[in-house]
Amino acid sequence: MSKLHYALFTGCTARQSTPELLSSTLAVAKKLGIEITILEEASCCGASHLQDFDEFLAHVINARNICYAEKHGLTMITICNTCQLNSAMTKHALDTDPDLRARVNEKLAEVGLEYKGTSEIKHFLYALIDDYGLENIKDKVQIPLSRFNIAPFYGCHNIRPSELHHDANGGENPYAPNSLDRLIEALEGHPVDYDHKNKCCGFHVELQANHTSEVLAGNAMIDAVDNNADLMVTPCPLCHLKMDTYQDDIGKVIGRDVELPVLHMPQMVALALGCTPEEIGLKYHVQKATHLYSETA
Amino acid sequence: MSTQEVTTEYEPFDTDEMESLSPDTVTVTLKTFRFNAETDYLPYYKNYTMEVGKDELILDLLNRIKWEHDGSFSYRRSCRHGICGACGIKVNGKATLACKQNALELVKLFGNELLIEPQSKKRAVKDMIIDKKDFWDKHAAVKPYVVAEIDPHPEHETKQSIEEFNRFLDADLCIQCGSCHYACPVVEVNEDYLGPAAFNAAYRFTVDTRDEAGKERLEITAQPGAGVWDCVKCYECAEACPKEINPIEKITKLHNLQFEEGVARSNVATRHAEGFLRGMKKHGYLDEADIVLYSEGFLGMYKHLKTAIKMLKAGKIHWHSGVPFIQSVPKIKNHDELKKLIEISQTHTL
Ligand code: SF4
Ligand code: SF4
Ligand code: FES
Repeated sequence: MSKLHYALFTGCTARQSTPELLSSTLAVAKKLGIEITILEEASCCGASHLQDFDEFLAHVINARNICYAEKHGLTMITICNTCQLNSAMTKHALDTDPDLRARVNEKLAEVGLEYKGTSEIKHFLYALIDDYGLENIKDKVQIPLSRFNIAPFYGCHNIRPSELHHDANGGENPYAPNSLDRLIEALEGHPVDYDHKNKCCGFHVELQANHTSEVLAGNAMIDAVDNNADLMVTPCPLCHLKMDTYQDDIGKVIGRDVELPVLHMPQMVALALGCTPEEIGLKYHVQKATHLYSETA
Repeated sequence: MSTQEVTTEYEPFDTDEMESLSPDTVTVTLKTFRFNAETDYLPYYKNYTMEVGKDELILDLLNRIKWEHDGSFSYRRSCRHGICGACGIKVNGKATLACKQNALELVKLFGNELLIEPQSKKRAVKDMIIDKKDFWDKHAAVKPYVVAEIDPHPEHETKQSIEEFNRFLDADLCIQCGSCHYACPVVEVNEDYLGPAAFNAAYRFTVDTRDEAGKERLEITAQPGAGVWDCVKCYECAEACPKEINPIEKITKLHNLQFEEGVARSNVATRHAEGFLRGMKKHGYLDEADIVLYSEGFLGMYKHLKTAIKMLKAGKIHWHSGVPFIQSVPKIKNHDELKKLIEISQTHTL
């Protein structure tokens, strides 16, 4: 296999409240021999909220980010489902609407950039599975996760709308996704089967509709707990923020303690590949997770 | 099967055509939701196993349950052409218009056991038939018709350019099947929420040049609790719609229109949307702490204090200038470029 090389769009969360996501991503890439160029120029994707305020501006900003991946001639990888969605939506809009592309490029030209549409955009999860390969990951496992029942939580924006993601996510079925399950198996963990694995965590209305948000997250978490999950894993740092940071509030609203550690997808891989505790960053979790680390199988 | 020689001699048959002529069927088990609100205390599931051909629709299978197994099995259907919107159900959790959906396509997606359920189990009246009252009430609440003073004796037709017509063309294709509405998780937990079909209808008539109630509809759909700001952005509606309408795309357009038409009031939700620009102008990244402070206001911050302290303890955020929750945000490279783009591209203000 020739060496994989990607342009990494970190997004805001990995730079602020979930530093463990960035460090574990880089650690996994290093272990697997994947080369990463961080897009230091890339800004916030708008997180689907700026889009509500000003859709055109959001396209301009996302197009700018993609321009930098194009400049490197690399596929852009994301480590956040919502970054993935917003970048892919802009790419799709500009690739299919020549008029919009011209209007966006007119703005970009003012700062010497041009969107060309030459870079693919995919989430790191699918880069690992579809480009690197599960078999190859399996070969690198040092500390199998066989002691854990792991509930995969997919997060909406990697799997819906399926038409948009189809080329980037290996044609995942949004009603019965299995990529994370397969990744867990490759690391020798036991994937938990539960109904809410492809449902919404409610993060995006945390401020204005707190009750809705807590109930949606709570329903998913207790479904995982009732199906014997020891921990949950998600490719999305926003799902992570919701389910880790607000776990106590969620428990209060649904009337039941949850107590479920939630890992970022790269943290789970890093645990199995034998990365250092510093790199995995379990100490940054609000719900205690440091006990998940082990030096031996 | 024909011999090798024959196939090579008679080229005109392409393999696709050969396949569609072959009589193959697949054995499928339909695990079917059964319930009669008048006589049953709880719903139950019954399995019906049948040989399914490649041209059969889900509606054909429902017919066969009724005709070949149990005449009391109940479901709605009328047009059989994907037009009336009556036959919406869920198959393995996937919103399905029974008369439009090929059965073996779903077997390919989900395997040989298909779970046949109504759109909403808690609203079930009899088997697949549900009480859609909430759907119709919410649909009606957005005035889903053209509101205009009409000359009773017009001398010419109301003209619309193709461009004007195209603004609502795809939204107009809605058949009120309810697939999106009953796929929406917010509809399930917030009974005031109008839901994706109602929002699609609101958009459809608001951008119609003949209509005069646009502002009113924007006000209705801007209400906290009922309106678009309670959408969790899960894209279930986009995935569910059999007419490929993409209701959440219309929701985004309603959000934008609320700002454009000056209907958006400054509240926690609108400040949250607009507030993204604050951090981006300052650092390029969203300022996670500032956005909460800006959206909620200083008083509103109190409810986040406990969370903030937990985040502080975990080292997720830092203490800065005497305020917990203000974090040191890194700055992106070429930040001036971004600032300039925001300045020249921004089209709305709050
Ligand atoms: S995207 Fe919004 S309207 Fe659509 S199903 Fe999800 S919450 Fe409901
Ligand atoms: S928007 Fe689509 S899914 Fe929703 S009611 Fe209309 S046709 Fe059905
Ligand atoms: S029977 Fe009319 S839409 Fe299916």
